[in-house]
Amino acid sequence: MFSLTPLEIEALRLSLLVSGVAVAGSLPLGILCAWVLARRDFPGKVLVDGLIHLPLVLPPVVVGYFLLVVLGRRGPVGSLLLDWFGITLGFTWKGAAIASAVIAFPLMVRAIRLSLESVDRGLEQAARTLGCGPVRTFFTVTLPLVSPGLLTGTILGFARSLSEFGATITFVSNIPGETRTLPIALYALTQVPGGDAAAMRLCVISVAVAFIALLAAEILARRVQTRLRG
Amino acid sequence: MLDLSVRRRQGNFQLDVTLKAGPGITALFGPSGSGKTSLINMVAGLSRPDHGRIVVDDRVLFESQSGIDVPPEHRHLGYVFQEGRLFPHLSVKGNLTFGWQRMPAHQRSVQFADVVDVLGIGHLLKRHPAGLSGGEKSRVAIGRALLASPRILLMDEPLASLDAGRKAELLPFIVNLASQFAIPILYVSHAMDEVLGLADTLVLMENGRVIADGPVEEVVARPDLKDFSGHRDAGAVLRATVRHHDDDHGVTALGFSGGTLLVSRLDLGCGASVRLRIRSRDVSLALEPPRKLSIRNVLPVTVTSLSPSSNHMIDVKLDCGGTVLWSQITSLAQSHLGLTPGMQAYALLKAVTIAREDIADYRRAGIAPEAVADD
Repeated sequence: MFSLTPLEIEALRLSLLVSGVAVAGSLPLGILCAWVLARRDFPGKVLVDGLIHLPLVLPPVVVGYFLLVVLGRRGPVGSLLLDWFGITLGFTWKGAAIASAVIAFPLMVRAIRLSLESVDRGLEQAARTLGCGPVRTFFTVTLPLVSPGLLTGTILGFARSLSEFGATITFVSNIPGETRTLPIALYALTQVPGGDAAAMRLCVISVAVAFIALLAAEILARRVQTRLRG
Repeated sequence: MLDLSVRRRQGNFQLDVTLKAGPGITALFGPSGSGKTSLINMVAGLSRPDHGRIVVDDRVLFESQSGIDVPPEHRHLGYVFQEGRLFPHLSVKGNLTFGWQRMPAHQRSVQFADVVDVLGIGHLLKRHPAGLSGGEKSRVAIGRALLASPRILLMDEPLASLDAGRKAELLPFIVNLASQFAIPILYVSHAMDEVLGLADTLVLMENGRVIADGPVEEVVARPDLKDFSGHRDAGAVLRATVRHHDDDHGVTALGFSGGTLLVSRLDLGCGASVRLRIRSRDVSLALEPPRKLSIRNVLPVTVTSLSPSSNHMIDVKLDCGGTVLWSQITSLAQSHLGLTPGMQAYALLKAVTIAREDIADYRRAGIAPEAVADD
């Protein structure tokens, strides 16, 4: 029987928590950015587009270091957060969630944007002629039609968050019970003598979690597709 | 009641239209690219005129001068799009009630059960658009627009994607709507068949301009527009009144300014008005009153003019008691008969088509099968 050690349970729980919060927290902003990029034209759009996609091409360590500088206790934003709201991000699981969210963000936005661009604008016009204002049209017509894209974006973001390592370890370090997610626990085990077997177990857990997530996504996507196609 | 005067430039295309549309069905007819769809998009608020004014039932929807531009969701117009545009993520019922449920109950002038009943879509309510046939989709799209209790129903070639059979099936539904729900309809079409079967008023459009408008029969009869309105296909279009029925022989006598016409028995009361269509190829000419002939519809006429048509055919314009008829004969027949303008002749009508029944209160209508006289 494959039973998990307390260390593994803790790492798994943290990974799921951090990824879940990262995805759920960044989804509304992701939808907004995708919508702006898909539907609006404004000066500097290329710049915004580039900025959103930057984490995709930067080494995660760079992102992590940037977050540490800006959001750390002494950083310009981090010190304000601490003074005004008493929130500390550095070296906490919340910081880990932010690091994951930033890294996963471009993948999420990309998926939603592609889906938004393929929505038939005629259907939105039809909703308008039927008495629906723009906001209501967005929630009753556009959003349901992009649900496959939302699903893909969420799963991609979640999977990317699960595997997040570089930005996380740079920003929030490796603190047992707080920021030691699966990849970080795995890395730590490879650094100590005799940790090979435990590292292998973590590998298996990681693969299983990722696989289950993908499978669930596939099943959900099929359901959504059949609903949309009738 | 729609009253509009708009101008808009789209690239090289200039739209400049002044138009009034009253009750009943007004057809916007013209070749593709003449600006028909652009025009109703402006009425619906989906595109903006550069200049002008759009008024529906005394409510200003758009006025460039005062900066009024009511957004589409507040215009209360129904729009039936060419491609249907049903929401794929909603059931038929969800589609139908989409606009309806956004209307406060006391403002609903159209009832759900009535629309479902008239359009015959009760059995489809649980289905999704992807599982519907073309004709079913069109009906649901019409129902959805109707249920928003619109002041005017805008229809952009709602039948364009259907085959002739489905089309003939749906035309009566549409004629019904205008009278049953007392909603004026602005109907975009480029098929003369549809226009003759549906419309009360015809607006001809070309290159972004209205070139003629008025009652269907009058506009179609205008000689200066004959190429445009496709008279060769339509022939003469005229109004007639039901005089009496002869049940022994199954015929109905129709009266018009040029005399009496016999057609297969119509299911209409005496005094009802019908629209007839007499194709030019169904009209033969004789110089003497023919005797011992199976054709029952023979009318005395005066030749008004002759104009050569393609393939050695001649179009002969005839005056029949003030009504214009057209006859197409071969140039061989023409030289044999020696027809000249002013000559008296007899028109032999091989077929008379009822384009639209009962125009007065448009209760029952549609393209009936050809009502052939007893030959």
